[in-house]
Amino acid sequence: MQLQCPMPKLDFDVITLGHGSGGVLTNKLLDSGVFDLFSNDILNERHDGAFLELDGKTAFSTDSFLVSPIFFPGGNIGELAVNGTVNDLAMCGATPKYLSLSFIIEEGLPVKEFWDILVSIKYACEKAGVQIVTGDTKVVEKGKGDKIFVNTSGLGPIHPKANISAKNIAVGDKIIISGNIASHGMAIMSVREGLEFDSEIQSDTTNLNHTVIKLIDEFGGDIHLLTDPTRGGVATVLKEIAQSSEIGIDVFQKDLPIDDQVASACELLGLDPLYVANEGLFIAFVSDASADAVLERLRQDEKGKNARIIGSVVGEHPKQVIMESGIGGKRVISMLPGEQLPRIC
Amino acid sequence: MKYMSEYRDPELAKKYLEEIERTVSRPWSIMEVCGGQTHSLVKNGIIDMLPDKVTMIHGPGCPVCVTPLNLIDKAIYLASEKGVILCSFGDMLRVPGSQKSLLEAKAEGADVRILYSPLEAVKIAEDNPDKEVVFFAVGFETTAPANALSVVHAHRRGVKNYSILASHVLVPPAIKAVIDDEESKIDGFLAAGHVCTIMGNSEYHPLSAEYKVPIVVTGFEPLDVLQGILMVIRQLEQSKSEVENQYARIVREEGNPEAQKIINEVFEVHNQTWRGIGEIPDSGYAIRDKYAQFDAAKKYNVNITEAPENPLCISGQIMKGIKKPFECSQFGKTCKPTNPLGAPMVSSEGACAAYYHFSGMVEA
Repeated sequence: MQLQCPMPKLDFDVITLGHGSGGVLTNKLLDSGVFDLFSNDILNERHDGAFLELDGKTAFSTDSFLVSPIFFPGGNIGELAVNGTVNDLAMCGATPKYLSLSFIIEEGLPVKEFWDILVSIKYACEKAGVQIVTGDTKVVEKGKGDKIFVNTSGLGPIHPKANISAKNIAVGDKIIISGNIASHGMAIMSVREGLEFDSEIQSDTTNLNHTVIKLIDEFGGDIHLLTDPTRGGVATVLKEIAQSSEIGIDVFQKDLPIDDQVASACELLGLDPLYVANEGLFIAFVSDASADAVLERLRQDEKGKNARIIGSVVGEHPKQVIMESGIGGKRVISMLPGEQLPRIC
Repeated sequence: MKYMSEYRDPELAKKYLEEIERTVSRPWSIMEVCGGQTHSLVKNGIIDMLPDKVTMIHGPGCPVCVTPLNLIDKAIYLASEKGVILCSFGDMLRVPGSQKSLLEAKAEGADVRILYSPLEAVKIAEDNPDKEVVFFAVGFETTAPANALSVVHAHRRGVKNYSILASHVLVPPAIKAVIDDEESKIDGFLAAGHVCTIMGNSEYHPLSAEYKVPIVVTGFEPLDVLQGILMVIRQLEQSKSEVENQYARIVREEGNPEAQKIINEVFEVHNQTWRGIGEIPDSGYAIRDKYAQFDAAKKYNVNITEAPENPLCISGQIMKGIKKPFECSQFGKTCKPTNPLGAPMVSSEGACAAYYHFSGMVEA
């Protein structure tokens, strides 16, 4: 992304403990441009909290972001933090409106990096159509953090036509995925210390709210469930849904969309793309009758152009996700016992 | 994906399966020695696609699983020492020692790093001259050249703060040990393609001739495995016992002489303990005296008392193919990937873990 907001002139190059103390340095940091960057009527009140007008059913979500490295191909921790909460709200069938933004910064973070993150946040908010209305900054001693942690919480009204609930899932529902899997996780892997490899893989981090709201507008209650397969990847969310809703899920490996470079990187590193994280992807459980129309509409959207139907809800094997392999064999998809670790050979 | 999708073609897979069905006339038990092949069998759902007459037995070929408990304890001890950076291949981290795993040691503050190449560990040593860097050099013959190269590399560059904690196991002696076990009834073997890429096929000819078993050097893609199985069955049906090379696109008869040279430079064959099986003569590599300064076991003289294995675990019988994972009374009950009682449940390539994850025997 082109950063178009010039960094303010400051008399310090790195963030120190004092910048989180609430005193002069904190004000200096915030007044130097942070408030201007996110300026809106609610934030400009500069009160302890935000005064909001809410009407009707509202979705509320929160998420914390700790990614290493904080800048990665295709994005950085700032836009990740905006998109993450925006997408969580969208998965509720809500139109995200307001975000809170909190930083926990490890002292020593270059101000330039902090500024770049802030500017990314500004642009991510503009793209998603959300406002930062309240926030907080704390600084911890060197060694007690990992450069910067970001928390965002968000609010947004539920779309009147939305009826998103795992209870609505029915046998015959089709499972649609909005794009290529495993890009974010592999983009991070490609720049992680000790594992670096050359590739053009970019994180898929993006806001999905406009894409999702358009679908809800048109197809309403035919969209039974929306979920974004972030940590743990596609396999983990499908297994969670199968287990909690006591339904059976069949998926087909041949239908899983994946970029060639991402697939190759997974092969090389011995990782299963089904368990690799995504940040700009959603899975929709859609009534059988509307599935083809939803898919067609989704594929007209830039963020859904690689969308595919990857499977369906079945009456057999409740609580189990069964995947048909590329050669037609079957295997059960389970959750990982922990972090996915690269295999030895 | 080039060189990948070709070996995952569903139409060809179907043809191989039909050919296996046509060829097999009586029950046969075939052992795939390598954990990578076990992984491929279960991940692709091949086991259930094979005719009932063909039984696949999952061998001891997961180097992570068979690394002795005591050595894992040593690695954890070293990792927990102040000033030590312990580097390892990824899947060693979850393997439980007698008290904890490397992952847990990391959580307690140990500097444990996942690497793909031991040469990277030498670089870390050069970048951190005030630290001791230990690479946990685990693996079959496949990873031995890279581990040996790291030692030679460190030696040449005069890196004094680098050493390896080696646990190298060798495939042919393991095959011999499996056949020699009176209880095991294996009719034919799929040998590990990547091991043979390094070592060649020569060690398998005497085995095949002495024990009259077919051995087919096999790759890891679904079509490789299916073709390997078909080749073993064809031999069995014709009462042949030869060494054949299914993985000819990678494996040459003589292997990789350069890689062998570097292995021989750094390592010598010794008796090795296999977790779950016990000591097998001449089945591992030890670092030659010439490079003793790079041998972490000697450099640090860590004395850790041998901890006993869990008596309920039947991993030896599993890895010799005498029992299947689900025939174990603890499988999926007390023994799970999150709480493995023994070797084959610890790595995703281990027979028990592979069954647990992919075959639907139990709920996750």
